[in-house]
Amino acid sequence: MPTTRQPPSENAWARRATSAFTRGFTASSLFCPRYALYALMSFLALQGLTKRFGDAVAVDQLSLDVDKGEFVSLLGPSGCGKTTTLQMIAGFVEPSAGTIMLAQRDLTKVKPAARGLGIVFQSYALFPHMTAAQNIAFGLEMRGVAKPEQERRVADALALVGLAGLAERYPRRMSGGQQQRVALARALVIRPDVLLLDEPLSNLDAKLREEMQVELRAIQRTVGTTTILVTHDQGEAMALSDRIVVMNRGRVEQIARPTEIYQAPATAFVANFLGKINVLPASVAAGVATIGSARFATPGAADGRCSASVRPERIAFAAQGLAGTVKARIFQGHHWLLQVATDAGLITVIAPNDGRALPAEGAATHLTWRSEDMTLTEPAR
Amino acid sequence: MSTAETRRRASTPWLLAGPALLLFVGVVLIPIAMTVLLSFHDWGQYKGIDPIITLKNWRDIATDSYFFEIFLRTFRIALMVTAISVAIGAPEAYILNRMGPPWRGIFLVIVLGPLLISVVARTLGWALLLGSTGLVNVALLRLGLVAAPVQFMFSETGMVIALVHVLLPFVVISVWASLQRLDPQIENAAVSLGASAVTVLRRIVLPQVMPGILSGSVVVFALAASAFATPAIIGGRRLKVASTLAYDEFLNTLNWPLGAAVAVLLLIAVAAIIVGANRFTERRYAEVFQ
Amino acid sequence: MSRNGPLALAFHALFIGFVLAPIVIVCAVAFTPEGYLSLPSHGLSLRWFRAIADYPEFVRAFRDSLWLAALSSSIAVLLSVPAALAIARYRFTGREALLALFMSPLMIPSVVLGIAFLRFFTVIGIGGTFIGLVLSHIVIVMPFALRLVLAASTGLDRAVEHAAVSLGASPLTMFRRVTLPLILPGVVSGWVLAFITSFDEVTMTVFIASPATTTLPVRLFLYIQDNIDPLVSSVSAALIFLTALVMIALDRLYGLDRLFVGAGK
Repeated sequence: MPTTRQPPSENAWARRATSAFTRGFTASSLFCPRYALYALMSFLALQGLTKRFGDAVAVDQLSLDVDKGEFVSLLGPSGCGKTTTLQMIAGFVEPSAGTIMLAQRDLTKVKPAARGLGIVFQSYALFPHMTAAQNIAFGLEMRGVAKPEQERRVADALALVGLAGLAERYPRRMSGGQQQRVALARALVIRPDVLLLDEPLSNLDAKLREEMQVELRAIQRTVGTTTILVTHDQGEAMALSDRIVVMNRGRVEQIARPTEIYQAPATAFVANFLGKINVLPASVAAGVATIGSARFATPGAADGRCSASVRPERIAFAAQGLAGTVKARIFQGHHWLLQVATDAGLITVIAPNDGRALPAEGAATHLTWRSEDMTLTEPAR
Repeated sequence: MSTAETRRRASTPWLLAGPALLLFVGVVLIPIAMTVLLSFHDWGQYKGIDPIITLKNWRDIATDSYFFEIFLRTFRIALMVTAISVAIGAPEAYILNRMGPPWRGIFLVIVLGPLLISVVARTLGWALLLGSTGLVNVALLRLGLVAAPVQFMFSETGMVIALVHVLLPFVVISVWASLQRLDPQIENAAVSLGASAVTVLRRIVLPQVMPGILSGSVVVFALAASAFATPAIIGGRRLKVASTLAYDEFLNTLNWPLGAAVAVLLLIAVAAIIVGANRFTERRYAEVFQ
Repeated sequence: MSRNGPLALAFHALFIGFVLAPIVIVCAVAFTPEGYLSLPSHGLSLRWFRAIADYPEFVRAFRDSLWLAALSSSIAVLLSVPAALAIARYRFTGREALLALFMSPLMIPSVVLGIAFLRFFTVIGIGGTFIGLVLSHIVIVMPFALRLVLAASTGLDRAVEHAAVSLGASPLTMFRRVTLPLILPGVVSGWVLAFITSFDEVTMTVFIASPATTTLPVRLFLYIQDNIDPLVSSVSAALIFLTALVMIALDRLYGLDRLFVGAGK
């Protein structure tokens, strides 16, 4: 069996120390310094979390350790169990098995109203009969915060999300982006231990979504709240997260930093889900992988058949390598997309639009890439 | 577009709606106008309807305490019916909304279905239940709650009970429609922010359902104030409301002008309440809802 | 979807009991073997159902009610379809007023309508005739039919009609082959609701009915005013059974909450 990529080699201690230093201690006026004490322990721990609906398993033995101040995304196609996981953390769905520990406290025994989590729902779920200020103040009211302090914190929260002048506005008079910010402010003002975001940007148009991603990241960095984001958008997950949990059909496929997930996908599913990838049939013998008419040095790889995955942007045109013919050449603005037919299959190549010469449609050419840009996995079924 | 086409375009909707419009003008507007006119006519037992214009009927209604009492009773009953219907209909709509698929549909049919049954059949059931030997009294006597049968029939209480039964589905419909428009995530959001179940109901669900409750109340009030068959059967000849009074004048006494005046007054009162309540709802909730 | 607690379910049970009580009692009394009002404690009997045959006026009234309902609903629907299309499609001055006029019978107390029709028909000489009944019923049921046809018309995607026209269909063909089939569910449910409304109508009809032309609910009402005996129970029970059948069929085909509420489901 061919070896899969090594598990992400992270210096866990170093990471925790860094996160504690840069995030836990740079809390804004919104946040209480005592949280810094928790910075050295795993803040939110999901252990063997499982949810069954009759015979169907929605979430299968999910285990995840989240550090204080970390931004983790649950990424996967619809039906992969990411939303169910979030709902279990929030307390709206009861786990069939497993535990959820928050700062050493067993959350599964706590009612949703008492968990102290901040949640931003996909539809924002703003109270339509209350103004933005009243919406944001609601959580503070439930906690018995005194009126003057409520007003102060609401004003701070509105300023944080950039909506200082909209305190008296009703939701129906706000744009989608503004509603989303109010929802975020409402979740953050209560100083939650964990912030849960359920596909919060999916209802926004593409341009607004990009802007909000940048802002969301900035806000999260400022207040340092531990955050869990659920999304099906891989670009979003990669842009926002410290780590990504890739899920498929209830199971965890890989947990790693975005760069690792992208460059070193652990399974074929992960490789295919994030970005474009070419999956080519290969056979390895004595440390050399043969793909079509090309050979690559892969020391340490097990003999036998396997799949070789390589990202389109890591492939270059050369005089020697995998022979092929250019079938299509498509201009996409800041890069070119080429489809090359080879005897290892149809290969997608992405080349930057920097004025370099590229083979024309119908031309014969050769493709090459570095061995370290290629991942070997089990043959795709 | 040529002027001929523009003219044709502009007249199409009128042509389409024309037949219905003619019917309504002829069979609704004109009769109502005639009835208003009739209320100004005079009447005598031997001369019949005298087509002169006089304020006699209106003066009678305004000054005679008999009429005042009847109208007061009518609106008092309507108010009680509205209050009780809303008090039990709104929670029921909420409970139905929280039910799962098979039960929700079944109970909705059970609650809304009676609307399709003739009001006479429904009221007959109450006449049977509320009589001195009816089941309600039998139960009360057996349980020892009363010493002698309670007189429900020919009483306001009996009328209120029967009218509540008849008009309850309208409240359920109205509140149900309001609940359907709610985003279920909103309740979850309130819970996640620490609200108890009672707080969620009071601060989150109720304010959003208010427009539905108000419009349901208006419908029930209007229908209760103008109800005829139920007060006639349960209230009998002695206990009159505005509708049965008009019936009496028209078909028993044959004093058509007076009957017409009572009817027109009822129409004006009900129309005023409907329009007033709708205005109020729109102004109060326009900022918040569609 | 959260579940209801025991308190809520207890309230719900009482509510359902309240809703069903009078209906159940009517049906129960209808089966009594005794010659007077009583519950069938000694077994069920159909004698009071058979007794209906001895009262031809009830049978005749039933038949008249059916004809009246069928006629008035059909005409109401025939008038509603073009009116609904006009209101749904075109923006013209007077549109709001027109709609309000068509919906006005809902706002006007039935008593007032009854009196108005009685006066009007007497003056023009059709008082107490079947024609008068039909005219008044058409007006009464039209709001119900119109509301449902209007909902279907506004929900119609105009693009489908534009496609038909662009492919060469004449306005009549487009209506017949595209529009009508698409609004048909609304038209049919409008017809059914109109039928039921006309059949059950009593308050207004009491004023304009005559001994020769009476509907079943009016006949029942007048009888009850004099005496309440098991006969009225059996007639009412028969009505209830028939209505229940129609109701269940209607709910299966269309959905009762959609019928009354409009959107939903």
